[in-house]
Amino acid sequence: MTAAVAVALRVRVDPVACEAYGYCAELLPERVTLDEWGYPVVDGAPVAAGLVDLAHRAAAECPRRAFRVEAATPTR
Amino acid sequence: MTTTTLPRVERLLHRGPGGLTDPGLSGHLGLHGPLVVPPRHDPAWSEALLAEVAAAGLTGRGGGGFPAAAKWDVLRRAGRRPIVVVNAMEGEPASAKDRALLAWSPHLVLDGAELVAALSGARSVVVCVADDRDASARAVRLAADERSAAGAVREVTVRRPPARYVTGEESALAHWLDDGDARPVLRVDKSVPLRLGRRPVLVHNAETLAQVALIARHGAAWFRGAGTEDAPGSTLVTVSGAVGTPGVVEVELGTPVDEVVGRCGPTGPMAGYLVGGYGGAWLAPELGSTPLAPAPLARIGATLGVGIVVALGSDSCGIAETARITRWMAGESAGQCGPCVYGLPAIAGDLELLAAGRADAGAMARIDERARSVVGRGACRHPDGVARMVRSALAVFAADAAAHAGGRPCAGWQATSVLPFPAPPALSGVAS
Amino acid sequence: MSAAVSTSTTEAVWYMIRATGIVALVLLTLTTVLGLLSAARVRSRRWPAFAQVDLHKRATLLALVFLGLHVVGAVADTYVHVGLVSVVVPFTSSFQPLWTGLGAVAVDLLVAVAVSSALRQRIAPATWRRLHWLAYGCWPLAMAHALGAGTDAGQLWMDAIAVVCTGAVVSALIWRIGYHRTTTAEAGRLGATTRAVPVRHRPPVAGPAHHTGHAAPRVRRPPTGWRTDGPPARTTTQLLERDPR
Repeated sequence: MTAAVAVALRVRVDPVACEAYGYCAELLPERVTLDEWGYPVVDGAPVAAGLVDLAHRAAAECPRRAFRVEAATPTR
Repeated sequence: MTTTTLPRVERLLHRGPGGLTDPGLSGHLGLHGPLVVPPRHDPAWSEALLAEVAAAGLTGRGGGGFPAAAKWDVLRRAGRRPIVVVNAMEGEPASAKDRALLAWSPHLVLDGAELVAALSGARSVVVCVADDRDASARAVRLAADERSAAGAVREVTVRRPPARYVTGEESALAHWLDDGDARPVLRVDKSVPLRLGRRPVLVHNAETLAQVALIARHGAAWFRGAGTEDAPGSTLVTVSGAVGTPGVVEVELGTPVDEVVGRCGPTGPMAGYLVGGYGGAWLAPELGSTPLAPAPLARIGATLGVGIVVALGSDSCGIAETARITRWMAGESAGQCGPCVYGLPAIAGDLELLAAGRADAGAMARIDERARSVVGRGACRHPDGVARMVRSALAVFAADAAAHAGGRPCAGWQATSVLPFPAPPALSGVAS
Repeated sequence: MSAAVSTSTTEAVWYMIRATGIVALVLLTLTTVLGLLSAARVRSRRWPAFAQVDLHKRATLLALVFLGLHVVGAVADTYVHVGLVSVVVPFTSSFQPLWTGLGAVAVDLLVAVAVSSALRQRIAPATWRRLHWLAYGCWPLAMAHALGAGTDAGQLWMDAIAVVCTGAVVSALIWRIGYHRTTTAEAGRLGATTRAVPVRHRPPVAGPAHHTGHAAPRVRRPPTGWRTDGPPARTTTQLLERDPR
């Protein structure tokens, strides 16, 4: 039984590193959609607990390390 | 603080009784008086200046609109000796205020830079002038040489980054100075300062620094003598388009847009105003009484930007001008982020067809959809600005757009453009 | 231990060495081809794009397993003397030092690539990419080792395997080089340094949205107009010195 996640996580894409491989949208379709040119569209909403592992997997699979899972802090 | 003979509003561009024809050091000191800047870091003096500028409520004049004093706060936690960068790039084609300021009063700008350097403990000042603005660069160099001959302690260097729209962006400048690459950098946390090597970099617009130089001389109360409570002070605005005498005027913040245009001789009824630059927003002529200040403009979805108003006459076509702007801005993308690289040209293409009356039925919805989708998905705010400008055009010129979409473009779409561009884009793909 | 048993043990080990070596070579060919074609981003409803990269990683792991068995067998084999050291230090084996040595180099490279990929999230992206370039050396060295030190070289079936593997890798390499050339030209035309999903038909610039994109690769240096000459100034002294007064 894992402990409850105290910090909300969100996903973010580094737009400069991203090269539209699209693995993130394939692995996490609940949170990532691709625009008409293959680039990901993500929102800053927190990731549901059940999707956190998938989000980490998507971040690990990104060939350019553009897909990030990070703590949802209110900067920007 | 010293009293001054400057007029209430015309402060930066004032020439003095009989006209100040000498932008050199002696003329400058004669008009504005001396300025004492401590040669080494003096904490008490720095705190006093910071408090004065904060009390004055000066916001950046480079488009960001952040309180100037807030940037200095960030720097104090950075530790190392910073470098002060004067941003005189003026990438917006419709803006000429930094050029005017450097030709008119380069010493005011350099005064401000020296003050900020003294406040932040910096020993070097770098003035960035675009590589196609030789006259401005010469003016700054002359002024810097005069000052060092007169015993200025801090070294002023002039650097010439490539002249592109986005190279004037703060992170792009810092990136170029650090690495020779003038493209913007993704900044997730604005409270972390930009770096040149290991030193933090403090970038200020030239006009902001000139305002600081005046506040240091005459005080916050004097500064607040013009403008409004929320938007104090004066600002330089470049007026162009359907006016008889286009140019740079100094107005107090809060002046209505049509009054600002009125000072330059409008040539007839207006179809709209482009406020804030090519990444700003269009205003309907009925909204011409909106005050030129951050909050009132924000309420209607517009922005002050770097102080630009382009008046569009009723014989011009707002859709065609928007198409030209979008096409040019698409070409000015740094090319780093997919949504900007591919999205902006797609929007421009649809707008060009719309301008020529050859767009299909779904074009307007597509333009709006694409404009919405590029917002916030780039490393810098370039696509955001273009999206705002495009969507405001579709709203302000809605009736015209509907006619264009129905295959009946207005007469003005083939008229000569009133907009300035470094290399004017033709409405491509629309061979008439 | 009777001589007959030890002979059959030796033979069994010898068969294992050959078998695992060949399987490792074929798997290495597969993973090399998949790696070369990773730029293609083939995607369909039933085959998501990440599966190709996933297969590439798993094939490498499997190749490492068979390679491990191959190495264990070679060291354990009493008929030829290949010490544990010569597995990683090239050209120190007493049995066919050159050809075994090439195999050792291949092992070193493959281990370096595999370890860096395992630690990928912990190292800088640029470091990972530079190390991954070593992967280009693995397959040719492995093939050379197979043909030089392998005792099946010259047999028809072994030659057939070698020809097929070589053909696959060379074709994939030719495709990859061509792809790089065209997309670099495209990027130059667009002034872009970012890549999108490649498509067979370029969508119209205006017009209805497609769920496909258009290719342009990341070029290492930004296009002209963004860079200025000269090395970056790292200190304020250099910064001041570079002002062309």
